[in-house]
Formats: sequence, C-alpha cells, structure tokens
Amino acid sequence: MSTLEIRSLRKKFGSLEILKGIDISLEQGGFLVLVGPSGCGKSTLLNTIAGLESITSGEIRIGGQIVNNLHPSKRDIAMVFQSYALYPNMSVAQNVAFGMEMRGVPKPERDKAVAAVAKTLQIEHLMDRRPSQLSGGQRQRVAMGRALVRQPQVFLFDEPLSNLDAKLRVDMRIEIKRLHQQTGTTIVYVTHDQIEAMTLATKIAVLKDGELQQVGSPYEIYNSPNNLFVADFMGSPAMNLLEGKIARANGLPQIVLDRHNHAPIVLPVPASADAAKLSDGHKVIFGIRPEAVNDEESIDRGAKSIARFDAKVEIIEPAGADTYVVTRAAGKELTARMRAETPVCVGQNHTFVFNLDKAVLFDPQTTRRI
Amino acid sequence: MSAADALSAGPQREPARHSNVTRVVIYGLLIVFAIIYLLPLVVMVMTSLKPLDEVTGGNMFYLPQHLTLEPWTKAWGTACVGLTCAGLKGYVWNSVKMVVPAVLISTLLGALNGYVLTKWRFPGHKLVFGMMLFACFIPFQSVLIPMATILGKLGAIGQSLENTVGSSLGFGNPTVNLVLVHVVYGLGFTTLFFRNYYETFPNELVRAAQIDGASFFQIFRRILLPNSMPIFIVTVIYQFTNIWNDFLFGSTFAAGDSAPMTVALYNIVNTSTGVVEYNTNMAAAMIAAAPTLVVYVLAGRYFVSGLMAGAVKG
Repeated sequence: MSTLEIRSLRKKFGSLEILKGIDISLEQGGFLVLVGPSGCGKSTLLNTIAGLESITSGEIRIGGQIVNNLHPSKRDIAMVFQSYALYPNMSVAQNVAFGMEMRGVPKPERDKAVAAVAKTLQIEHLMDRRPSQLSGGQRQRVAMGRALVRQPQVFLFDEPLSNLDAKLRVDMRIEIKRLHQQTGTTIVYVTHDQIEAMTLATKIAVLKDGELQQVGSPYEIYNSPNNLFVADFMGSPAMNLLEGKIARANGLPQIVLDRHNHAPIVLPVPASADAAKLSDGHKVIFGIRPEAVNDEESIDRGAKSIARFDAKVEIIEPAGADTYVVTRAAGKELTARMRAETPVCVGQNHTFVFNLDKAVLFDPQTTRRI
Repeated sequence: MSAADALSAGPQREPARHSNVTRVVIYGLLIVFAIIYLLPLVVMVMTSLKPLDEVTGGNMFYLPQHLTLEPWTKAWGTACVGLTCAGLKGYVWNSVKMVVPAVLISTLLGALNGYVLTKWRFPGHKLVFGMMLFACFIPFQSVLIPMATILGKLGAIGQSLENTVGSSLGFGNPTVNLVLVHVVYGLGFTTLFFRNYYETFPNELVRAAQIDGASFFQIFRRILLPNSMPIFIVTVIYQFTNIWNDFLFGSTFAAGDSAPMTVALYNIVNTSTGVVEYNTNMAAAMIAAAPTLVVYVLAGRYFVSGLMAGAVKG
C-alpha cells in the first residue's frame, strides 16, 4: 500500500485552474521530487498535501486515510519551508519542541525527543540559540530537526536549499540524501533545480501548467522522456532537439537532418522509436543528449547503433571535467559533451559520432515521444 | 605628503568648507526653533515655582525670587474643582482607570484585527479594512450624539440590572463608558498600525505553526504577539497620548467626580472666584501633561523606528 496517494486532484483559484487532475502515488520510504518551471503548480500541490490550501476536487490519502478535509496538524506530515520559518522569538530547542508542546506531549518526553533529533543532526551545541544567531546551513538543519522530531508518515520539503549558497547546497543535498537512506522516511520534495531532482529522487514528477508531464524514476525521466517538455527541461546542458524528416531507403525508414551548405545527415531510426509508426515525409524531432554526441575515441564501445558525420566546430566551452563542443545541424546548435583533452579547434571540421542507443524521436505536432 | 595625497586632498577641501557654512545655518535654525518650542514650557515651569505675588507683580520671563513648591502641592491636593476643593489627585486616578484598560483593549483588538486581515483573509477583507480606515477620518464631534444615545441605552440596562440583580455590572458607569468610547474610536488606528506591520510578517511562520498544531489564538499569542514589540509600543504610545489628552469625550460623557483629569484641569483654570492663581494653574497643567511626556521620553526611540517600519515596508 502506498503511503501517499493522490487521485485526480484539481485546484481552482476562481476561474483559474492551477492543478488540472494530478494522479501520483508514493510508496513507503520513497522520495518523490516535484519539479517544473516557476508557476507550474508544484508548490501549490505540496501545500494541498500539507492541507495549507484546500482542493477543489479529487482525493488525497496519507497512509490509506483520506485527508482532504483534515487540518494540517492532523495529517501526520511535517514540512520544511523555503525560508525555514523558524519562530524568531524561541530558542532552537523551543522551535523543535513547539509542535509537541501544541499536541500536549509531557515535558520530559519532549526533552528526550529533542535531544535525540539534535544528536542525529549534530546541532546539540546550538539548542539554546535564537534563529537569528544561526548561519543559513544551521537554520536549515534546525528546520529539518523540527520536521524530524514529529516522526511523521510523510515529510514535505518546499525548495529547502534555494536560499543557500552553491557549495552549502551541495553539502545539504548529500545530507538530505543520507538522512533519507538512514531513516527510510517518505519524502515529497519540491524544487526547480533539476540536478537536485535527479540526485535525490527515487521518483520524479515533472509538472507544467498544472499538468503532470511524466512520473517515473530519474533514469526513465532522463533517458526516455515522454514529451518534448520533459526532454528539454531535465538535463544540463539541455538535450539537443533537431528537426528532421523521415525518408525510406531500401525499405527502411531513415531520419534526414538537413544542413545548410552541407550534405544532410542521414541516420537510422533509433531503437527507442516504433519504426512502424513512421511514414515517408513524416516530420520528427530527433533528440539526443550532449553526452551521446562524442568523437570516435570516446564514444561508448558498447553502443549498438552509431552514426558519424563531419561538422564545423563553432564554440568550445571548457567546463573542467568536460568540454562542450558546439556545432550546427538542422538549423540549430548541437552541443556535444566531450572529454576535457579532446583536440578540437574552433572553425575546423571534426568528426562527431551519435550514440543512437540513447536517441529518442518526438512528434512535432503532439510533442509526444514516438 | 606624496603627490597622490595632495591630489586627493585638493578637491575634498572645498566641499568641507561649504558644508561648515551649511551646518552653522542648519544648527542655528534648529536652535532658534527649539527655543521657540521650549519657551512656553520654560515659562510654565518658572511660573509654577513662583509665589502668587511674584506672578501678578512681575514679568513672566523673570526667574523666581523665592522658589516654592506650594502651587504644585495645591494643584495636587487642595485646588478647587468646581465646588469641591481636593485638587487633581482624584481625577488623575480617574484618568488612569480609564486610560489603562482603554489602551490595552484597543491595542489588543487592533492586533487581533491586523492578524485576521493579513493572515486569515476572507472574501471582502479589503472592504472591511477600508471601512476600518475610514473610522480614522471621522471627526470626534460627529459621533457625540449617536454615542450619547447608545450610552444612554447602556445606562438604562445598568439601571434595570441594578433593580433586579442588585449590581449594574458596569453598565452606565462613566469610566466604563469612556473606555468603551475610546476603544471604539481607537480601533481604526490600532487596526491600521497592526495590519501594516503584519503585512510584512512572513506567512510561512503562520503555516509552520499550523502544521505544528497551533490553534488560531495560539498562533496569535505564541508567534505573532512576541514578534510585535515595535508596533505594540507605537500603538500604546499613540493611544495613551490620545486618550490621556482627550477632553471632548471626557467632558461630554463623564461629569462631576468621575471626570477625567483633563476636565478637572479645565475646571480648576476656569474657577472664577477671586484672583486667577496662574502658578497653581500652571502646576496643574504640568501634572496633567507629565505622563505623556514621560512616555515619550522613555519610549520615543521605539516610536520613531516603529512608525518607520510600518511606513516603509507597509
């Protein structure tokens, strides 16, 4: 039985529909990341799970119980807010204990629970301080401590790392992951950062304009995106999406990518696509991740289907571990992710190799994957 | 001195001389205005410390020849207010009994209103707030007659309670009446202050408290109120000054022995028998003004910073 189950959830503000029928379920111990651009409804969805916002229709179950009309404090959840929302007039210990105090837990029991959480998060030395005397990372820990001490069925995180600087964010991300692995808690986590989504999640839900685009494991979302939006949104640098056409040769469909002043690139249809659905002249969008575009030396030896082509290098972006090489195909920029020592020069021709095992095809009309 | 220092010092000298002149003008003007503002107070204090013959015989700017505290003791204890000659002391107590509950009740209700209008918004909350704001612009005089009607009805209830239960339970009591009037009249202002302050209070704190299981009033008492010190002080000072200094409501709705101190002061000054005792009158006026003065001196710093916080962010 899943710990969290959401069925055809709808939320309207007046005539404006923010959530348009969401169906998600999350098993015990799962880590669900809601990701999407700003305004996609991911924070609203989290708030409806928390009970901070009412829903227009649908059903939310936590631990099998319908919680649609339950007060936030009765839903057996805990939440970590973007701004941490620590009570400024209370010490760290009082902050952590406030929820238990409100539920009438006796003082000795409260103290014991607070001490245990302080030990887990290594914030014992901070317990008497006020939130204003803490650094950003310490506040983050305290906010997590306040959630942990409840031992709820579901943890809700609302962009908890977005107020931290880049280095601390990576540290805290690892910390959250470790905490999840150690305690086996069930977590729903909102972020707009797709790296956080990929690294933390056991399950990712991509939202856009209040509609679920795809729900799946990070691997599924990354390697078999359902549609153009998911393909484009997840991954950095973004997936290369090139317009092409289907043409048959020897009875087999092939993808033709036109190039300005050059012979077109002709590719076999990748294994991920259903070749039977492709007719002659059919327009397609050919999607391939930058790391699946490489040169002869570094292309994956195990790749079953590859394709080569020569093209002029336009831009080189060294990024330390990798070098991004930008060229042009089908009227668009095409980014390749190559090893740092790749011998390339701007303006020169270079042989690029596609690993077609990793390529996907989309229908430009419906934007769905073929 | 190196060449670079000389170069950098050169252009700085000119504005420095310029600002000295400006500074003299500014401080000169400030001193002049300070004197103009302080002069009445100085004259009052000096007059209140002179014996009567010195007041009637001399110039009001002369320093007292024989210092005496007699006008002060007289104003406090024996000056005649109407027919009774027991000084201001009973009336000051009347004022305290009226001001303290009126300030506390109106401030707490204003805080509660501000809390609801910002954190528990309901359809039409803007209209309600607009109407509350409108209350700030209603002149005192225009509410006198409707208020008198209401207080009359309350008095009638008190009378019938007196006859049946044996106690009026405060209905019709002049001090209770004045507290009610000032609470009603002050609510617009206190609501405005607190709403603007709570507008900038993070909603996430309220949500966190909700998830922690705190009720409506627990959130108010445990989360909002402890973080409202600046605006609380501003509101208390504002309400205290207004209510302490009020004359119109006091003279209209509380007569005789239950009159507040402002009304008694007026009666002392207006007693028309014999010589006008300016020294006693001045001492009485100083006594009447002292509490507001003390409040401003003690909490003035918070007043300015609190007002700015509301004004800039709200």
